[in-house]
Amino acid sequence: MSTLKDKLEAGEFAITCEAGPPKGVDLENELKEAEEIAGLIDAFNVTDLQSSAMRMSSVAMCRLLEERGLETVYQMTCRDRNRLALQSSLLGAWALGMENVLALTGDYTTLGDHPDAMPVFDLDSIQLLETIERLNGGEDLVGNELKGSPQFFPGAAANPGADPLKPQILKSRMKADHGARFFQTQAVYDSDVFAKFMEELRDAGVETPVMVGILPLKSAGMARFMDANIAGVVIPDEVIKELTDASDTVQKSLEICSRVINETADLCEGVHLMPMGWEEYVPDILDGTDL
Amino acid sequence: MILSEPKPWEEIEGYLEGDDSVFLLGCDGCDAATGDGGAERVGELSGKLDEGGWNVTGTKVIEFLCNKALAGMKLARISDLIEESDSLLVSCCGIGVQAVSKLVDKQVHPANDTVSMGDFHGTWPSEETCKRCGECLLEYTGGICPLTMCVKGLLNGACGGSYEGKCEVEPDRPCGWELIYERLKDVGRLDLIEEYNPPKARQKYQFGVPMENRNSLYWAIEAEEGE
Repeated sequence: MSTLKDKLEAGEFAITCEAGPPKGVDLENELKEAEEIAGLIDAFNVTDLQSSAMRMSSVAMCRLLEERGLETVYQMTCRDRNRLALQSSLLGAWALGMENVLALTGDYTTLGDHPDAMPVFDLDSIQLLETIERLNGGEDLVGNELKGSPQFFPGAAANPGADPLKPQILKSRMKADHGARFFQTQAVYDSDVFAKFMEELRDAGVETPVMVGILPLKSAGMARFMDANIAGVVIPDEVIKELTDASDTVQKSLEICSRVINETADLCEGVHLMPMGWEEYVPDILDGTDL
Repeated sequence: MILSEPKPWEEIEGYLEGDDSVFLLGCDGCDAATGDGGAERVGELSGKLDEGGWNVTGTKVIEFLCNKALAGMKLARISDLIEESDSLLVSCCGIGVQAVSKLVDKQVHPANDTVSMGDFHGTWPSEETCKRCGECLLEYTGGICPLTMCVKGLLNGACGGSYEGKCEVEPDRPCGWELIYERLKDVGRLDLIEEYNPPKARQKYQFGVPMENRNSLYWAIEAEEGE
């Protein structure tokens, strides 16, 4: 039973939080942090070799969280596996109790810590969504019948800060047409940008629930770096100035997160938190909102 | 030498739905050698277009369409004929189709699938590259190849790493899908960007062309030499 699905389909506001598997086999911290905030979160998105850096597999950490009663969103990228391995991993994930999947293309290999790795990209994110839909329908990608089929709740990524925006809207519509039943967005710092994205998405006829992406900026330097280097992340100058001028950067950063949530909550169906090591501050971010 | 095979006529017919007038362009280079692009094929395609009720505004066979500078000059001389056509049907390899797309402000339909010869490259050094995937998609992508212009070879639009027209991999590298989007917008065919392109038949170029499809003269010569 997927709480995320139930909530989003019932029109209730949902909250997800990213959890990154460790580089190594020691999961003590990751599991402890997740358990501490579990009461505030509907599901944990477990990343799949985020930024192309080698880490423990998403499916293993998902399983360990599920064993502790914590719901997960199994993130899956097309970077490292061909269509055989993707389908096989999906069947395995379902057998291990995962119901929510986030279908992603994945960062390119050269951006990570193993830049010489073979980039696969046998499928793209839309074909992966289509694949999940086929598996849900009881057959594999080439039409072979499955012995027992999964009932995944598939989601996809969207980027409100994309420039130009129109191709992003069209791609999001394609994702919805090929099975995406929720969207989690790239980090948002400018609610006007997000509002425009939502307006265009709805105008394009896409009614799929959207969860606004929230990622705390740890310093003004990080804000400037992200603004300049991370595709689609737009950080207004005023936000960078707020962080520069703040006497307590942590406090200010959390305030910014809470503010963006308050400004965008009425426009969308949920929040997707990406604390990136600041899991301990998740309660403060949520406390600071009207949710 | 690049090897192409004719696309099934039904597929080409589908591409031309909605067009009334078509300019037909062939290549007298590699494709003429294999019979898939020269005067003979252009004549055959012209007949089929006539039969199907299309107005063929003109036909032209140009030697090595991949030689973009020369092809551009030759096309400039017949620009009025091209201008009055709804689209162009190009019987050439993927490089030639891409070169023509870049030269002409019209939707360019590919008439062939360019097939692998086992990692053997073409002869023309050019920014348009063809992966010889055996199932040409240029119809849906404004004559810009997503397999070679997108580093990830994505078939259904840009990834999240595309920003302000650039690729996430290198700051100066253009996003192939952004180019495709702009091109389709320019030729008034943005509807094509939401066409779902299914997963590629990788076996078509993993090991080259299956033996049963090696029916061209080129393969016959290869087989002869092998014996």
